[in-house]
Amino acid sequence: MLKEFTKGIFKENPIFIIVLGLCPALGVSTKVINAIGMGAGVIFVLLGSNIFVSLLKNFIPEKVRIPSYIVIIASFVTIVQMTMEAFAPALYKSLGVFVPLIVVNCIILGRAEAFANKNTVMSSIMDALGMGIGFTLALLLIAFIREFLGAGTITLFPVGSFSGVIRIPVLADNPVRVFGLAAGALLVIGFLKAFFNWYSERRAG
Amino acid sequence: MTYIGIIITFVFINNFILTQFLGLCPFIGVSKNIESAVGMGFAVTFVMALASLTTWAIQNFILVPLNIEFLQTITFILVIASLVQFVELVIQNISPALYKALGIYLPLITTNCAVLGIAIISVQSKFNALESFVAGFAAGLGFLLAILLMSAIRTKLDNEWIPKPFRGIPIAFITGGLMALAFMAFDKALLTNLIG
Repeated sequence: MLKEFTKGIFKENPIFIIVLGLCPALGVSTKVINAIGMGAGVIFVLLGSNIFVSLLKNFIPEKVRIPSYIVIIASFVTIVQMTMEAFAPALYKSLGVFVPLIVVNCIILGRAEAFANKNTVMSSIMDALGMGIGFTLALLLIAFIREFLGAGTITLFPVGSFSGVIRIPVLADNPVRVFGLAAGALLVIGFLKAFFNWYSERRAG
Repeated sequence: MTYIGIIITFVFINNFILTQFLGLCPFIGVSKNIESAVGMGFAVTFVMALASLTTWAIQNFILVPLNIEFLQTITFILVIASLVQFVELVIQNISPALYKALGIYLPLITTNCAVLGIAIISVQSKFNALESFVAGFAAGLGFLLAILLMSAIRTKLDNEWIPKPFRGIPIAFITGGLMALAFMAFDKALLTNLIG
Protein backbone atom coordinates (compact mmCIF):
# COMPACT_ATOMS: atom_id res chain seq x y z
CA MET A 1 0.00 0.00 0.00
CA LEU A 2 2.80 2.39 0.91
CA LYS A 3 4.58 1.49 -2.31
CA GLU A 4 1.61 2.77 -4.36
CA PHE A 5 2.02 6.05 -2.52
CA THR A 6 5.76 6.60 -2.80
CA LYS A 7 6.19 5.46 -6.41
CA GLY A 8 4.45 8.61 -7.70
CA ILE A 9 6.74 10.86 -5.73
CA PHE A 10 10.09 9.46 -6.81
CA LYS A 11 10.35 6.41 -9.02
CA GLU A 12 7.46 7.29 -11.37
CA ASN A 13 7.30 11.05 -10.85
CA PRO A 14 4.77 12.24 -13.47
CA ILE A 15 6.77 15.28 -14.60
CA PHE A 16 10.41 14.26 -14.38
CA ILE A 17 10.24 10.54 -15.09
CA ILE A 18 7.07 9.80 -17.11
CA VAL A 19 6.99 13.35 -18.61
CA LEU A 20 3.21 13.81 -18.57
CA GLY A 21 1.12 16.87 -17.78
CA LEU A 22 3.67 19.35 -19.01
CA CYS A 23 1.45 22.18 -20.21
CA PRO A 24 0.22 23.25 -16.75
CA ALA A 25 3.62 22.51 -15.23
CA LEU A 26 5.24 25.11 -17.44
CA GLY A 27 2.34 27.48 -17.91
CA VAL A 28 1.61 28.23 -14.26
CA SER A 29 5.07 27.89 -12.76
CA THR A 30 5.93 31.61 -12.78
CA LYS A 31 5.02 31.97 -9.09
CA VAL A 32 5.26 29.56 -6.16
CA ILE A 33 1.67 30.33 -5.10
CA ASN A 34 0.36 29.35 -8.56
CA ALA A 35 2.18 26.04 -8.26
CA ILE A 36 0.55 25.39 -4.89
CA GLY A 37 -2.91 26.24 -6.26
CA MET A 38 -2.48 24.13 -9.38
CA GLY A 39 -1.08 21.23 -7.35
CA ALA A 40 -4.03 21.32 -4.97
CA GLY A 41 -6.48 21.35 -7.89
CA VAL A 42 -4.79 18.40 -9.58
CA ILE A 43 -4.61 16.36 -6.34
CA PHE A 44 -8.35 16.91 -5.78
CA VAL A 45 -9.35 15.96 -9.34
CA LEU A 46 -6.99 12.98 -9.43
CA LEU A 47 -8.30 11.70 -6.10
CA GLY A 48 -11.94 12.12 -7.16
CA SER A 49 -11.49 10.54 -10.58
CA ASN A 50 -9.39 7.62 -9.28
CA ILE A 51 -11.99 6.85 -6.57
CA PHE A 52 -14.93 6.97 -8.99
CA VAL A 53 -13.23 5.10 -11.81
CA SER A 54 -12.20 2.33 -9.46
CA LEU A 55 -15.70 2.18 -7.90
CA LEU A 56 -17.37 2.04 -11.30
CA LYS A 57 -14.84 -0.21 -13.02
CA ASN A 58 -17.26 -3.15 -13.19
CA PHE A 59 -20.15 -1.06 -14.55
CA ILE A 60 -18.49 0.95 -17.33
CA PRO A 61 -18.58 -0.93 -20.66
CA GLU A 62 -15.13 -1.40 -22.16
CA LYS A 63 -16.00 0.44 -25.41
CA VAL A 64 -17.10 3.73 -23.85
CA ARG A 65 -14.62 3.79 -21.01
CA ILE A 66 -12.54 6.76 -22.21
CA PRO A 67 -15.56 9.09 -22.69
CA SER A 68 -16.88 7.96 -19.30
CA TYR A 69 -13.57 8.76 -17.62
CA ILE A 70 -13.54 12.15 -19.31
CA VAL A 71 -17.03 12.95 -17.97
CA ILE A 72 -15.98 11.95 -14.43
CA ILE A 73 -12.82 14.05 -14.67
CA ALA A 74 -14.63 17.05 -16.18
CA SER A 75 -17.18 17.03 -13.34
CA PHE A 76 -14.44 17.24 -10.73
CA VAL A 77 -12.67 19.96 -12.71
CA THR A 78 -15.91 21.97 -12.75
CA ILE A 79 -16.09 21.65 -8.94
CA VAL A 80 -12.50 22.92 -8.65
CA GLN A 81 -13.23 25.79 -11.04
CA MET A 82 -16.29 26.95 -9.12
CA THR A 83 -14.68 26.58 -5.69
CA MET A 84 -11.54 28.42 -6.76
CA GLU A 85 -13.51 31.22 -8.40
CA ALA A 86 -15.57 31.69 -5.24
CA PHE A 87 -12.86 31.44 -2.57
CA ALA A 88 -9.60 32.38 -4.30
CA PRO A 89 -10.55 34.70 -7.20
CA ALA A 90 -7.03 36.17 -7.51
CA LEU A 91 -5.49 32.72 -7.85
CA TYR A 92 -8.23 31.66 -10.30
CA LYS A 93 -7.43 34.67 -12.44
CA SER A 94 -3.70 34.10 -12.49
CA LEU A 95 -4.06 30.40 -13.35
CA GLY A 96 -6.44 31.45 -16.13
CA VAL A 97 -7.13 28.95 -18.88
CA PHE A 98 -5.06 26.28 -17.13
CA VAL A 99 -7.80 25.52 -14.58
CA PRO A 100 -10.32 24.15 -17.12
CA LEU A 101 -7.38 22.52 -18.89
CA ILE A 102 -6.89 20.16 -15.92
CA VAL A 103 -9.47 18.07 -17.85
CA VAL A 104 -6.94 17.22 -20.52
CA ASN A 105 -4.01 16.81 -18.13
CA CYS A 106 -2.67 13.46 -19.32
CA ILE A 107 -1.69 12.38 -15.79
CA ILE A 108 -5.32 12.14 -14.70
CA LEU A 109 -6.67 10.19 -17.66
CA GLY A 110 -3.44 8.19 -17.63
CA ARG A 111 -3.92 7.06 -14.02
CA ALA A 112 -7.59 6.22 -14.63
CA GLU A 113 -6.67 4.04 -17.59
CA ALA A 114 -3.44 2.55 -16.29
CA PHE A 115 -4.23 2.11 -12.61
CA ALA A 116 -7.68 2.90 -11.21
CA ASN A 117 -9.68 0.66 -13.55
CA LYS A 118 -7.71 -2.41 -12.46
CA ASN A 119 -7.22 -1.81 -8.74
CA THR A 120 -9.17 -1.49 -5.51
CA VAL A 121 -10.47 1.82 -4.21
CA MET A 122 -7.91 1.95 -1.41
CA SER A 123 -4.86 1.46 -3.62
CA SER A 124 -6.33 3.90 -6.18
CA ILE A 125 -6.53 6.53 -3.44
CA MET A 126 -2.89 5.88 -2.52
CA ASP A 127 -1.89 6.04 -6.18
CA ALA A 128 -3.76 9.34 -6.66
CA LEU A 129 -2.20 10.92 -3.57
CA GLY A 130 1.29 9.79 -4.54
CA MET A 131 1.00 10.93 -8.16
CA GLY A 132 -0.68 14.19 -7.13
CA ILE A 133 1.98 14.99 -4.54
CA GLY A 134 4.75 14.01 -6.96
CA PHE A 135 3.26 16.38 -9.55
CA THR A 136 2.92 19.18 -6.98
CA LEU A 137 6.49 18.79 -5.71
CA ALA A 138 7.87 18.87 -9.26
CA LEU A 139 5.77 21.95 -10.00
CA LEU A 140 6.97 23.64 -6.79
CA LEU A 141 10.60 22.98 -7.68
CA ILE A 142 10.19 24.48 -11.16
CA ALA A 143 8.20 27.45 -9.83
CA PHE A 144 10.71 28.08 -7.05
CA ILE A 145 13.64 28.20 -9.47
CA ARG A 146 11.75 30.36 -11.97
CA GLU A 147 10.41 32.88 -9.47
CA PHE A 148 13.65 33.02 -7.46
CA LEU A 149 15.78 33.81 -10.52
CA GLY A 150 13.20 35.47 -12.77
CA ALA A 151 11.62 37.91 -10.33
CA GLY A 152 13.80 37.73 -7.22
CA THR A 153 10.78 37.00 -5.06
CA ILE A 154 8.97 34.02 -3.54
CA THR A 155 5.20 34.46 -3.38
CA LEU A 156 3.29 32.50 -0.73
CA PHE A 157 -0.01 33.00 1.09
CA PRO A 158 -0.45 36.35 2.87
CA VAL A 159 -0.78 35.60 6.61
CA GLY A 160 -1.56 38.45 9.05
CA SER A 161 0.96 41.26 8.68
CA PHE A 162 3.12 39.14 6.34
CA SER A 163 2.24 40.11 2.78
CA GLY A 164 3.12 36.69 1.40
CA VAL A 165 5.98 37.91 -0.76
CA ILE A 166 9.59 37.22 0.23
CA ARG A 167 12.09 39.45 -1.57
CA ILE A 168 15.56 38.13 -2.30
CA PRO A 169 17.89 41.15 -1.66
CA VAL A 170 20.12 41.41 -4.73
CA LEU A 171 18.02 39.44 -7.21
CA ALA A 172 14.84 41.45 -6.64
CA ASP A 173 16.52 44.54 -8.09
CA ASN A 174 18.29 42.76 -10.92
CA PRO A 175 16.22 39.70 -11.79
CA VAL A 176 17.17 37.40 -14.67
CA ARG A 177 13.89 38.07 -16.47
CA VAL A 178 14.19 35.30 -19.04
CA PHE A 179 13.39 32.71 -16.35
CA GLY A 180 9.95 34.22 -15.92
CA LEU A 181 9.24 33.95 -19.65
CA ALA A 182 8.30 30.97 -21.79
CA ALA A 183 11.89 30.29 -22.87
CA GLY A 184 13.09 30.11 -19.26
CA ALA A 185 10.49 27.49 -18.36
CA LEU A 186 11.59 25.16 -21.15
CA LEU A 187 15.28 25.63 -20.30
CA VAL A 188 14.69 24.99 -16.58
CA ILE A 189 12.74 21.77 -17.16
CA GLY A 190 15.32 20.60 -19.73
CA PHE A 191 18.20 21.01 -17.29
CA LEU A 192 16.22 19.49 -14.39
CA LYS A 193 15.33 16.44 -16.49
CA ALA A 194 18.98 16.06 -17.49
CA PHE A 195 19.96 16.29 -13.82
CA PHE A 196 17.47 13.55 -12.85
CA ASN A 197 18.71 11.35 -15.72
CA TRP A 198 22.28 11.80 -14.53
CA TYR A 199 21.33 11.15 -10.90
CA SER A 200 19.32 7.98 -11.54
CA GLU A 201 22.05 6.61 -13.79
CA ARG A 202 24.70 7.25 -11.14
CA ARG A 203 22.60 5.49 -8.53
CA ALA A 204 21.95 2.54 -10.82
CA GLY A 205 25.57 2.18 -11.98
CA MET B 1 -9.10 42.80 -34.36
CA THR B 2 -8.85 42.22 -38.11
CA TYR B 3 -8.55 38.69 -39.49
CA ILE B 4 -4.94 39.27 -40.52
CA GLY B 5 -4.29 40.54 -37.00
CA ILE B 6 -5.78 37.35 -35.53
CA ILE B 7 -3.66 35.18 -37.82
CA ILE B 8 -0.39 36.98 -36.99
CA THR B 9 -1.25 36.95 -33.29
CA PHE B 10 -1.97 33.22 -33.08
CA VAL B 11 0.76 32.03 -35.44
CA PHE B 12 3.64 34.16 -34.16
CA ILE B 13 2.99 36.46 -31.19
CA ASN B 14 0.96 34.07 -29.07
CA ASN B 15 2.30 30.87 -30.61
CA PHE B 16 0.49 28.15 -28.69
CA ILE B 17 3.53 26.00 -28.01
CA LEU B 18 6.33 28.49 -27.65
CA THR B 19 4.61 31.21 -25.64
CA GLN B 20 1.43 29.69 -24.16
CA PHE B 21 2.63 26.14 -23.35
CA LEU B 22 -0.43 24.53 -24.92
CA GLY B 23 0.11 21.24 -26.73
CA LEU B 24 3.56 20.48 -25.35
CA CYS B 25 3.10 16.71 -25.06
CA PRO B 26 2.83 16.05 -28.83
CA PHE B 27 5.45 18.77 -29.42
CA ILE B 28 7.99 16.71 -27.48
CA GLY B 29 6.50 13.27 -28.20
CA VAL B 30 5.79 13.35 -31.95
CA SER B 31 8.66 15.54 -33.17
CA LYS B 32 11.28 12.83 -33.64
CA ASN B 33 10.93 12.79 -37.43
CA ILE B 34 9.59 15.23 -39.98
CA GLU B 35 6.82 13.09 -41.53
CA SER B 36 5.05 12.39 -38.27
CA ALA B 37 5.46 16.02 -37.18
CA VAL B 38 3.80 17.23 -40.39
CA GLY B 39 1.01 14.65 -40.05
CA MET B 40 0.33 15.65 -36.46
CA GLY B 41 0.54 19.36 -37.35
CA PHE B 42 -2.08 19.10 -40.12
CA ALA B 43 -4.38 16.90 -38.04
CA VAL B 44 -4.23 19.39 -35.16
CA THR B 45 -4.83 22.39 -37.45
CA PHE B 46 -7.88 20.71 -38.96
CA VAL B 47 -9.39 19.72 -35.62
CA MET B 48 -8.61 23.07 -33.96
CA ALA B 49 -10.35 25.09 -36.68
CA LEU B 50 -13.43 22.85 -36.51
CA ALA B 51 -13.44 22.66 -32.72
CA SER B 52 -13.17 26.41 -32.33
CA LEU B 53 -16.15 26.95 -34.66
CA THR B 54 -18.26 24.15 -33.12
CA THR B 55 -17.69 25.22 -29.54
CA TRP B 56 -18.55 28.81 -30.55
CA ALA B 57 -21.93 27.55 -31.77
CA ILE B 58 -22.48 25.44 -28.63
CA GLN B 59 -21.59 28.37 -26.38
CA ASN B 60 -23.81 30.90 -28.14
CA PHE B 61 -26.79 28.75 -29.15
CA ILE B 62 -27.03 26.39 -26.19
CA LEU B 63 -25.03 27.36 -23.09
CA VAL B 64 -25.74 31.11 -23.02
CA PRO B 65 -29.50 30.99 -23.86
CA LEU B 66 -30.07 28.27 -21.26
CA ASN B 67 -27.87 30.08 -18.76
CA ILE B 68 -25.72 27.00 -18.07
CA GLU B 69 -22.26 28.41 -18.83
CA PHE B 70 -20.89 26.60 -15.78
CA LEU B 71 -21.12 23.38 -17.79
CA GLN B 72 -18.66 24.83 -20.33
CA THR B 73 -15.68 22.61 -19.48
CA ILE B 74 -17.64 19.36 -19.48
CA THR B 75 -19.59 20.20 -22.67
CA PHE B 76 -16.56 21.39 -24.60
CA ILE B 77 -14.46 18.33 -23.87
CA LEU B 78 -17.31 16.02 -24.88
CA VAL B 79 -17.94 18.00 -28.05
CA ILE B 80 -14.24 17.86 -28.92
CA ALA B 81 -14.04 14.12 -28.23
CA SER B 82 -17.06 13.41 -30.45
CA LEU B 83 -15.80 15.81 -33.10
CA VAL B 84 -12.50 13.96 -33.26
CA GLN B 85 -14.33 10.63 -33.62
CA PHE B 86 -16.56 12.12 -36.33
CA VAL B 87 -13.62 13.58 -38.24
CA GLU B 88 -11.92 10.19 -38.05
CA LEU B 89 -14.98 8.46 -39.53
CA VAL B 90 -15.44 11.03 -42.28
CA ILE B 91 -11.80 10.97 -43.34
CA GLN B 92 -11.78 7.17 -43.27
CA ASN B 93 -14.71 7.05 -45.71
CA ILE B 94 -13.84 9.95 -47.98
CA SER B 95 -10.10 9.66 -48.31
CA PRO B 96 -8.37 6.46 -47.20
CA ALA B 97 -5.02 7.98 -48.20
CA LEU B 98 -5.48 10.95 -45.89
CA TYR B 99 -6.74 8.61 -43.18
CA LYS B 100 -3.59 6.57 -43.51
CA ALA B 101 -1.49 9.70 -43.08
CA LEU B 102 -3.40 11.31 -40.21
CA GLY B 103 -5.28 8.35 -38.70
CA ILE B 104 -2.93 7.40 -35.91
CA TYR B 105 -2.67 10.99 -34.68
CA LEU B 106 -6.39 11.70 -34.46
CA PRO B 107 -7.17 9.79 -31.22
CA LEU B 108 -4.23 11.55 -29.54
CA ILE B 109 -5.74 14.94 -30.30
CA THR B 110 -8.66 14.62 -27.88
CA THR B 111 -6.30 15.07 -24.96
CA ASN B 112 -4.22 17.75 -26.67
CA CYS B 113 -4.69 20.81 -24.50
CA ALA B 114 -4.24 23.12 -27.50
CA VAL B 115 -7.68 22.09 -28.81
CA LEU B 116 -9.61 22.73 -25.59
CA GLY B 117 -7.39 25.76 -25.09
CA ILE B 118 -8.39 27.45 -28.35
CA ALA B 119 -12.07 26.71 -27.66
CA ILE B 120 -11.90 28.42 -24.26
CA ILE B 121 -9.70 31.28 -25.46
CA SER B 122 -12.02 32.02 -28.41
CA VAL B 123 -15.01 32.20 -26.08
CA GLN B 124 -13.12 34.39 -23.59
CA SER B 125 -11.98 36.74 -26.38
CA LYS B 126 -15.65 37.10 -27.45
CA PHE B 127 -14.84 36.24 -31.07
CA ASN B 128 -17.69 35.89 -33.60
CA ALA B 129 -18.15 32.67 -35.62
CA LEU B 130 -15.71 33.50 -38.42
CA GLU B 131 -13.13 34.96 -36.02
CA SER B 132 -13.28 31.79 -33.90
CA PHE B 133 -12.72 29.66 -36.98
CA VAL B 134 -9.80 31.82 -38.16
CA ALA B 135 -8.28 31.85 -34.67
CA GLY B 136 -8.50 28.05 -34.46
CA PHE B 137 -6.98 27.65 -37.89
CA ALA B 138 -4.18 30.15 -37.16
CA ALA B 139 -3.36 28.60 -33.78
CA GLY B 140 -3.17 25.23 -35.55
CA LEU B 141 -0.80 26.71 -38.15
CA GLY B 142 1.34 28.06 -35.31
CA PHE B 143 1.44 24.54 -33.85
CA LEU B 144 2.38 23.11 -37.26
CA LEU B 145 5.16 25.68 -37.67
CA ALA B 146 6.64 25.01 -34.23
CA ILE B 147 6.50 21.20 -34.45
CA LEU B 148 7.93 21.26 -38.01
CA LEU B 149 10.89 23.46 -36.95
CA MET B 150 11.43 21.28 -33.89
CA SER B 151 11.46 18.03 -35.86
CA ALA B 152 13.90 19.49 -38.40
CA ILE B 153 16.25 20.51 -35.58
CA ARG B 154 15.91 17.13 -33.86
CA THR B 155 16.75 15.26 -37.07
CA LYS B 156 19.97 17.29 -37.26
CA LEU B 157 20.69 16.71 -33.58
CA ASP B 158 20.63 12.94 -34.17
CA ASN B 159 24.00 13.27 -35.90
CA GLU B 160 25.61 15.31 -33.15
CA TRP B 161 27.32 14.14 -30.01
CA ILE B 162 25.24 15.07 -26.96
CA PRO B 163 26.28 14.47 -23.32
CA LYS B 164 24.53 11.32 -22.11
CA PRO B 165 22.15 12.77 -19.49
CA PHE B 166 20.90 15.32 -22.06
CA ARG B 167 20.00 12.81 -24.77
CA GLY B 168 16.35 12.48 -25.78
CA ILE B 169 13.85 14.60 -23.90
CA PRO B 170 16.15 17.09 -22.06
CA ILE B 171 17.83 18.32 -25.24
CA ALA B 172 14.38 18.61 -26.87
CA PHE B 173 13.27 20.91 -24.05
CA ILE B 174 16.40 23.02 -24.28
CA THR B 175 16.00 23.29 -28.06
CA GLY B 176 12.39 24.36 -27.46
CA GLY B 177 13.60 26.96 -24.98
CA LEU B 178 16.00 28.43 -27.51
CA MET B 179 13.21 28.49 -30.12
CA ALA B 180 10.99 30.30 -27.62
CA LEU B 181 13.76 32.88 -27.15
CA ALA B 182 13.78 33.41 -30.92
CA PHE B 183 9.98 33.78 -30.96
CA MET B 184 10.23 36.57 -28.39
CA ALA B 185 11.21 38.76 -31.35
CA PHE B 186 7.54 38.63 -32.40
CA ASP B 187 5.70 40.96 -30.05
CA LYS B 188 2.75 43.33 -30.05
CA ALA B 189 4.91 46.06 -31.60
CA LEU B 190 5.30 43.92 -34.72
CA LEU B 191 1.55 43.82 -35.15
CA THR B 192 1.18 47.60 -34.81
CA ASN B 193 4.00 48.19 -37.28
CA LEU B 194 2.56 45.78 -39.82
CA ILE B 195 -1.12 46.66 -39.85
CA GLY B 196 -1.28 49.82 -37.75
